[in-house]
Amino acid sequence: MTADVPGRTGLSLSELAMVPVRLAMSFIDAPLRWVQKTFGLGGMATFFLLPNMLIFGIFVLLPFFINFAYSMTGGTALFLPDRSFVGTDQYARLFDCANYLDPNSCVEDTFWTAVGNTGWFVVLQVTLMIGFSLVTALILNRDLRARSFWRAVFFFPVLLSPVVVGLIWKWILQRQGLLNFGLFSFGFEPHVWLNDRTWSFAATVGVSIWAHMGFYTLIILAGLQAIPKDLYEAAEMDGTRTSRVFLRITLPLLMPNLLVVIVLVLIRAVQIFDEVYVLTGGGPGTSTLYLTQYIYETGFATQLRNPGLAAAASILMGVVLVVLTLLQLGLSRPSEKKGSRK
Amino acid sequence: MTKTRTMLAAFAVGLMTSTAAIAGEVRIMWYSDGVEGEVLKDLVDRFMKENPDINVVIDNVSYSVVREQLPVQLEAGGGPDIARVTNLKALSKHWLDLRPLVADGAYWDKNFGDQADWMRPDGSNQISGFMTQITVAGGFANKTLFDQVGVAIPAKDATWDDWAKAAKQVAESQQVPFPMALDRSGHRLSGPNISYGANYIGADGKPAPIDEGSKAFISKFVGWVEDGTMSKDVWVSAAGSTYRAAADDFINGQVAFYYSGSWQVPNFSTKIGSNFDWVATGSPCGPATCTGMPGGAGLVAIKYTKNPTDVAKVMDYLAREEVLKEFSERTLFLPAHKGVVEKGLDFKTDDAQAKAALGVFVTSTTSLSDLARKLPGWHWSDTVYGALVTRVSQAAAGEMKLDEAFTRIDADIAAKVKDSGL
Repeated sequence: MTADVPGRTGLSLSELAMVPVRLAMSFIDAPLRWVQKTFGLGGMATFFLLPNMLIFGIFVLLPFFINFAYSMTGGTALFLPDRSFVGTDQYARLFDCANYLDPNSCVEDTFWTAVGNTGWFVVLQVTLMIGFSLVTALILNRDLRARSFWRAVFFFPVLLSPVVVGLIWKWILQRQGLLNFGLFSFGFEPHVWLNDRTWSFAATVGVSIWAHMGFYTLIILAGLQAIPKDLYEAAEMDGTRTSRVFLRITLPLLMPNLLVVIVLVLIRAVQIFDEVYVLTGGGPGTSTLYLTQYIYETGFATQLRNPGLAAAASILMGVVLVVLTLLQLGLSRPSEKKGSRK
Repeated sequence: MTKTRTMLAAFAVGLMTSTAAIAGEVRIMWYSDGVEGEVLKDLVDRFMKENPDINVVIDNVSYSVVREQLPVQLEAGGGPDIARVTNLKALSKHWLDLRPLVADGAYWDKNFGDQADWMRPDGSNQISGFMTQITVAGGFANKTLFDQVGVAIPAKDATWDDWAKAAKQVAESQQVPFPMALDRSGHRLSGPNISYGANYIGADGKPAPIDEGSKAFISKFVGWVEDGTMSKDVWVSAAGSTYRAAADDFINGQVAFYYSGSWQVPNFSTKIGSNFDWVATGSPCGPATCTGMPGGAGLVAIKYTKNPTDVAKVMDYLAREEVLKEFSERTLFLPAHKGVVEKGLDFKTDDAQAKAALGVFVTSTTSLSDLARKLPGWHWSDTVYGALVTRVSQAAAGEMKLDEAFTRIDADIAAKVKDSGL
């Protein structure tokens, strides 16, 4: 075990490094054997999954059930036992609407405004995020000069805290911000971007893309690098057009990565809050008020908070997220099977 | 055996010292508009020299933490031992009754009695704390801008229309972006509303539906936002009832007339310096009266404290006449302590503008309407303020018509009253 090479007497460096591991293994070997003997081979899987399931149960499932319980209660008290049971009243209040497309016809008009804003945000942000990330990844996958530098440039905003992102862009976009200073310097008329409903909505989409694009670019880039080079070489030898190579080779083989990115971007987009809260505060008016901010304001920020209504809204948001995720997973299966057949 | 004994002894000593540290610790949650945090620290350091067995820790936080996070902590039965708050009445069930704990309850009644009801549950004679300062909402004019244009600063009894006209003239001439600005706050909007004849309190003590007085000023206000007379930036800069001040715009010379309050005086004195001349103007008049809104911040003891006796000692010290006098003189805050007010103050500033402004605000306290005086101690004032801000800002942003905004204000308030179960 130690030295079967003639002339060698001591341990190699890797063997030396394995000593503490072997020592630890010898300590846990006996208890593990006991567990296997007692619970069987199937029980071993449960044994190893148990710590993770416990954490999941305590920090995800339990809060979910508590939240659901809150959504069935009314009043302004914080503690569940102090709150009165109102059944589905909070949900009924949220859905009390003459026309769901016109928030002003709803009892909780702000909720439906937030739903509408979030819907538009998700459609725009997800589409643009996937598009930009894909294009950036394709560019960064080529033989560029200073490729590592450019990859770092695109990834850098991901490292910033959302509050910092919000503040940076606020300083750029506000009335006396950097953008207006630049425009003014070049003789253009300054504009109050964050007072304008359309521009502030666009700003929240743009800033969110800027802040998170690097991460998704990295995932797509990893997918691109995993595509075998010989496929491209074969296509080149056949004289296949670039667009056809992209549609027939790159895109299908990239699909598993793209689906992961779509699910992640979608969930993140529905949950958008922090950078927007700092950048626009939900304004002007309620034009950038998204669902998470509505839940926060209703449950925590307003006078006479309504935790029940906030909980009901968050349960609905959770349901939407689950449906979207299942839809994505359902869509991903055929492509995965197709991919594996290839 | 000896080793075990030593370990047990060490554990016991550790436990005793840690318990002693908790028993003698008093945490104050404090926010600052100006220099009051530094002044409080000096005063607390002196207290700790007098009382070495009590360790006072000041947790400096932003105002939004006090507004948004403290109520949640209190509902959960936690929070600091003492807190500086403005939402005094609505949270009064969480305040500790200091009456049996303070050295001399009569002293507290005599000197803080006028505002005691603002911070205790209705119908009780509890001593919850004291006002660190009294504030009055009122206006500030950029005198330099007015002088440069040659427009006279409107007189004491000038109306909101007079101010709008003058400020617009100044702003147009000097190419200032905002003729007027008003903080994004229901409290700030309420002074003008009352001046236009508004009444918030119904016969049953609960909120009354929005009336013609409020509608008259709010309609005017939204019209001013639309035509650029009033700064749009502050009111449309957030959704919901989030507070936003326009103080920085005034400090940067971007506003001719700014309606805020007396608490801005130290802020302006420090930050404007000699950049331009400014004056406090009091509150413009409406058809009914010329009132600002009283208010202020109070220092209250929290009933979930583990050290009520130590908390009472700290409160007794901070409520002392000489201590409050020094606090007011150094912070340039209007005091609430009757003795301090009667004996007069020597504000520690060389800034003649600040001294004059404080004089204007002190005078304006004599002309407050009865309703304005009642609102700080009314349970529903923050509920009304929140609904006003949320809906008026939506109307100002062009999201809804005024009539819809008024209907929504009533509906929002009614929903909150229903939710409260009161």
